[in-house]
Amino acid sequence: MARLPRWIAHHLAALRALLVLTAVTGIVYPLAVLAVAQLPGLNDKAEGSLLYDEAGNVVGSSLIGQSFTDEDGTALLEYFQSRPSMAAGESGDYDPLVSGASNLGPEDVVDALPDPALGWDGDENAAKSLLTQVCERSFAVGQREGVDGSRPYCAPSGDSAVGAVLGVYYSEGTSGDVVRVVSLNEECGAVEAPFLAEYEGVQVECAEYGEDHAAAVVVPVEGDAPADPAVPADAVTASGSGLDPHISPAYAELQTARVAAERGVGEADVAALVDEYTTGRFLGFMGDPAVNVVELNLALDERYPVS
Amino acid sequence: MSATTTGVVFIAAMLVALAATYRPLGDYIYRVVTRERHFTVERGIYRVVGARPGTEQNWAGYAKSVLAFSAVSIFFLYGFLRLQEYLPLSLGFPGVDPYVSWNTAVSFVTNTNWQAYSGESAMGHLVQAGGLAVQNFVSAAVGIAVAAALVRGFARKATDKLGNFWVDLTRITLWVLLPIATLGAVALVVGGVVQNFTDVTQAATAAGDTQSITGGAVASQEAIKDLGTNGGGFYNANSAHPFENPTSWTNFIEIYLLLAIPVSMPRVFGRIVGDDRQGYAIVAVMGVLALASVTAVFGFEAMANGTVPQAVAAAMEGKEVRFGVGDSSLFAAATTLTSTGSVNSFHDSFTSLGGGTLILNMMLGEIAPGGVGSGLYGMLVLAVITVFVAGLMVGRTPEYLGKKIGAREIKLASLYFLVTPTLLLAGLALSFAVPSNLDSMQEAGPHGLSEMLYAFTSASNNNGSAFAGFGANTPWFNTALGLCMLFGRFVPIILVLALAGSFARQRPVPATAGTLPTHKPLFVGMVVGVTLVLVALTFLPVLALGPLAEGLQ
Repeated sequence: MARLPRWIAHHLAALRALLVLTAVTGIVYPLAVLAVAQLPGLNDKAEGSLLYDEAGNVVGSSLIGQSFTDEDGTALLEYFQSRPSMAAGESGDYDPLVSGASNLGPEDVVDALPDPALGWDGDENAAKSLLTQVCERSFAVGQREGVDGSRPYCAPSGDSAVGAVLGVYYSEGTSGDVVRVVSLNEECGAVEAPFLAEYEGVQVECAEYGEDHAAAVVVPVEGDAPADPAVPADAVTASGSGLDPHISPAYAELQTARVAAERGVGEADVAALVDEYTTGRFLGFMGDPAVNVVELNLALDERYPVS
Repeated sequence: MSATTTGVVFIAAMLVALAATYRPLGDYIYRVVTRERHFTVERGIYRVVGARPGTEQNWAGYAKSVLAFSAVSIFFLYGFLRLQEYLPLSLGFPGVDPYVSWNTAVSFVTNTNWQAYSGESAMGHLVQAGGLAVQNFVSAAVGIAVAAALVRGFARKATDKLGNFWVDLTRITLWVLLPIATLGAVALVVGGVVQNFTDVTQAATAAGDTQSITGGAVASQEAIKDLGTNGGGFYNANSAHPFENPTSWTNFIEIYLLLAIPVSMPRVFGRIVGDDRQGYAIVAVMGVLALASVTAVFGFEAMANGTVPQAVAAAMEGKEVRFGVGDSSLFAAATTLTSTGSVNSFHDSFTSLGGGTLILNMMLGEIAPGGVGSGLYGMLVLAVITVFVAGLMVGRTPEYLGKKIGAREIKLASLYFLVTPTLLLAGLALSFAVPSNLDSMQEAGPHGLSEMLYAFTSASNNNGSAFAGFGANTPWFNTALGLCMLFGRFVPIILVLALAGSFARQRPVPATAGTLPTHKPLFVGMVVGVTLVLVALTFLPVLALGPLAEGLQ
């Protein structure tokens, strides 16, 4: 038999090494871990910490968040609401098939406004900036819970709020006199008047659809909202996974009165249940205190069903 | 306790855990890579492979074996991904498209684990466990093997032998990675990480919807993903996903796993060269750089500067409630300081300067403490450059551990340093020259540049994390980033092995009064200084256009 050229023999040896190591690390290892995971006490976790109703049907996982809204995305008031989610699949938010984050940056403040004929939902090229999303969520939560939903860099606009951002034109590019000011996130026709009447003595215009303001200097306007808003941070930001099952104790506290009223029970009873589903920091220093919304809402349905 | 205090305690606890690991784990790895006797199991594997464990290789032979093994791995994984639809346990997913398959195969073999796909909607169970997770093991083992070969070059004299690649690969996989990963995986299951081979479970939710709950061999993959500083997530959301990282303490374990081996490698170095103090000096350099970086990221995130973070009153976008800002910052710093690239929060939404520090971490060349193996060899190359610079200043022949740094050695070390900046900056510039590439940037202005800069930095340094808003799944970027990963991994490996070969040939020169002691704080300070100066000179211009421009507005 003719000997194989050395370089081929060498690569065949490499292939054999890869196959042996594939058998060990790709087959034996995961199966060994799987075997250990079958131990009592571990197997429920290995299966996904599933939650069941009385009939034995799966109603969720204690680790995977859910949205508690109707089909249109309107909050179901008898439930504690989860955080905003970017894992929006065919069946709405909190879809584990499309886990993920917004990935929008800290200076993402200018909206891509929609064609007025199509609106936000119809125009594919329209996109709300992260700032406007935060402002809208804060406004909506504030209305729902009856607190002040204002935040720095947000301005009430129409029946919601937008990022308070001006496009300022200067006589010499980025310096000189202010010659023109546009409220970049307020589209003409959609608002009656911009959130600010004038800036540096120049009247503020609304933004015309299709006009490019790349030459303007983007100036976010802080406004006079409190730096420590009533609506907590986790209520206005999307999580990294889009599946965060938790909210902060502050956001749970904000929702307690509304949920209690909707279910016709005492606020103290609901607050006690919130405490039950709150985990503190592990060993006192790991992570942040968190309330498991999924477990809490299921417990509510069991203990205080909506009549 | 306030969130800031608990964040500081968390970082301190991690330091204590790593300090306690340094000696035992380093000594253990030392014994694995230097043991004379071959176990029966090992002999069986060598027989199948056709390797002769008693025969050591010279640097070129060692390099050929590394390249042959990696080339075969890339082809094997590429085929695996392309043929997925014909394989069992594919969950009905089709074969992966050619560009993504090429990118993914290169990405996992080079220990980068950049992901141009979403795991839950593209990869079945068999591809995840039998294809991707296998490379998590063996690409990590290759890194440690090359580091061991370099250190042998320092320790040996008048020989051309650096060890046997097949022996190193087998032993490191079987006795270092496998046992620790198994322990880690079981701990993660205890925390709630899933481990099953089931299909999607449909849940009927309280709000009247159905939710598809995914399964998979996640725990086994998660453990080696972190331990081997790989970073390729089972799910798109990576370690932010509650099934990959369910609690604050699994988060601690995952950060620990991704730092444990890189931090212990200097101990292996100290043991092999026969002077533990040399190991302490190297780990001190890593520690200084890492602590400075962790402090910066944590500080920037806690201050929450920038328009959106100020509107929110915290840098919470893209972060999970159970981890909070502090623990997310430590994870982000650790994953970019090592070559891991797994994420428990989304770096694109970090504050401008916090995200900029993460880019800088990777630009350091991932040496503090760096990837498994690659961190140590990268740091030793910088130590060689430092000794050379110091030698020039006092006009003496520079020597490190008794080995002269001559023309050949400094050429190899300098070339090593130049590889990643060349790939990164040239790749970035070329990409900007093609107009259609600009559509991949999610945002206009400096943040868009940061997104593309992050992608090339991550690929060239074999990190794998991303400013994930960046649309990298195009033929151009899949190909270009694939090439950056390939050259960013293997060109440095060849140079390191050549350097090892040239050190091994030398006879050590005895230390004299004029020899620069390389175990003293002075040397530690010099290596830190040289590293920062080199990196700053190379990358400051591009950083000024991206994260600095955005953060200092």
